[in-house]
Amino acid sequence: MRDVYAVGIGITSFTRLEYPLVEIAAYPGMMAMRDCGLDHIDHLYVANMGAARLNNQTGLASAVVDNLSLTPASADGVENGPASGASAIKQAYMAVASGMHDIVMAIGAEKMREVNNLEATEFVATLSHPLAEYIYGVTLPALAGMFARLYMDKYGVTSRHLAMVAVKNHANAMHNFYAHLHQPITIEGILDSPEASTNNPYIADPLRFFDCCPVSDGAACLILTTADIAKKTGKPMIRVAGIGQATDTHAVHDRKDPTDLLAVREAARQSFAMAKIKPSDVDIAELHDAFTILEIAESEEVGFFPKGKGHIALEEGATQIGGKIPINTSGGLKAKGHPVGATGVGQAHEIVLQLRGDAKDRQVKNAKIGFTCNFGGFGNNVVCLTFIREN
Amino acid sequence: MAIDLEKILRPIDNPLPKFPPKYMTVASGEQMVIRQVEREEIPLILPYVEPLMHVERDFYHIVSARVYAELLGYYTHRVQDEYVLIAQIDGELAAIVNGRTVNGDAGMSYHTLALRRGLRIGAHAFAAKMEYHMDILKQKEVLIVAESPIGFRRWMIEYKLEKRFDIAHELGGVPSWALTKELFENARASLVVGRRPVPEYLLAKAQEAILPPSDPPKPPADLLAATRSLYDSTATALIEQRKRLGGK
Repeated sequence: MRDVYAVGIGITSFTRLEYPLVEIAAYPGMMAMRDCGLDHIDHLYVANMGAARLNNQTGLASAVVDNLSLTPASADGVENGPASGASAIKQAYMAVASGMHDIVMAIGAEKMREVNNLEATEFVATLSHPLAEYIYGVTLPALAGMFARLYMDKYGVTSRHLAMVAVKNHANAMHNFYAHLHQPITIEGILDSPEASTNNPYIADPLRFFDCCPVSDGAACLILTTADIAKKTGKPMIRVAGIGQATDTHAVHDRKDPTDLLAVREAARQSFAMAKIKPSDVDIAELHDAFTILEIAESEEVGFFPKGKGHIALEEGATQIGGKIPINTSGGLKAKGHPVGATGVGQAHEIVLQLRGDAKDRQVKNAKIGFTCNFGGFGNNVVCLTFIREN
Repeated sequence: MAIDLEKILRPIDNPLPKFPPKYMTVASGEQMVIRQVEREEIPLILPYVEPLMHVERDFYHIVSARVYAELLGYYTHRVQDEYVLIAQIDGELAAIVNGRTVNGDAGMSYHTLALRRGLRIGAHAFAAKMEYHMDILKQKEVLIVAESPIGFRRWMIEYKLEKRFDIAHELGGVPSWALTKELFENARASLVVGRRPVPEYLLAKAQEAILPPSDPPKPPADLLAATRSLYDSTATALIEQRKRLGGK
């Protein structure tokens, strides 16, 4: 197996984009090629979850490769729910590592604002178990609400902890031009003031409005290549050092303890083992905070903090920029946005940017090792990536 | 002669009770004051509305153009029984809402223009407007329309408005929706907030000057302009052309 490096990155704003999905997907591809100076691509993987349903667009990868004038490069689509993005990076990694291709582009793209929020929520709910969950009206906020309630009962997490995640990630997003939400929020405004219940109404008890990610359009791209080609680009050598992926039961209620995110635990373990590092070696992480409770839970499952202690670390400021392990410096899904099929690539984009030292006002000092956790379904298909800067 | 004509052109407003100012904490933690403005303050507001006519996003252009006209109409006495409320954060203009009374029982909601996006600023200002119609003017219903999907979600869905499609709204003659007293009472606990009296220092700051919004709505950043720059409807030619131009 050959070593694989991330040399080119590109991203659109995660917001509402009034362009066709194909153009949204192609744009970060062009940015990434410009970023690394490569204009030949052997293969594209295009991650997306909802094009056929939301945008009446099938064969997205074929459309994107032509839009980029990269024909006759080969191209495949990747659909793995909200973990599609990291799955596309995994496929791109395997293509380069195996020697099948030398330069591979992984794009994640989604255009969810084509429909209204209710339809978008319903669309995402189709990833739940069709007979055990979906037909009873389960949505992802509902699953996360039940998960949060269990977590609160078992580990002492409170609404204040959830609000602290939201406040932190909104503050980080203020320094990210591409983030969906540029709105600083405070505990006073969303939890303590007499107007808080209107400013921050319940969506799925105990989760409130500011505990949930926005519905976003957007796309991101990574170009992966070999060590020799990466060196020629002159870009910092950011190696894709670890990849882990694991699954769990489709229906959440089939899990022995629904507060255990076993797929997160296993995917992270694999990723760290492959990279030959420990969780404590990680300098910066992007975790899948579609709901604030997930940032806390995942920070424990991947091994940054002991189980049930993530909220304590949050209280102590360990996850802030300048803390022990800054989490979601981009704003996370919570404030950067969550175009589902693009999210995993967007997370990797932030890590590469940070490891290059190019994250400006949100830069984590001396970041050398970065980690992403892309959480598919309600934790039933998780992909974790580890990146290491070598020079 | 000119003075006589002005008398004919100018409607005589019915005396309306004033909206008692209120304040609230928004999600950012800042305190927002909502108060009524009189005619003499309208020229101070117009310069902040005009630039939004050129923001082609979420129907800001049409809403701003209409608000501008309605404010001018109020200022020049060309609207009957109009009122204007504004929301200010630290003196900065955050939202404008306006409307008029049709008769003792019915009000006509005109517009809600948020000059700072997010944080429910527009929604809080709209709630104050409805509060004015229901609690202060003691009206039975308010006729409402929405020009944007965001407005539709905020008014028609959140307040569960009733259809009054047989009544053409003054904004474009489109079918009206209505907030009734009962619907307002249903929404009061969850959507209508604010505290009175406004602390003196807050009110004084708001009345001292109407400051320009520091982060007004802007047109969307055209991050995809590159793919459209060649007038290529399928946007397939950008890289191909670059190759033809020798990489330039």
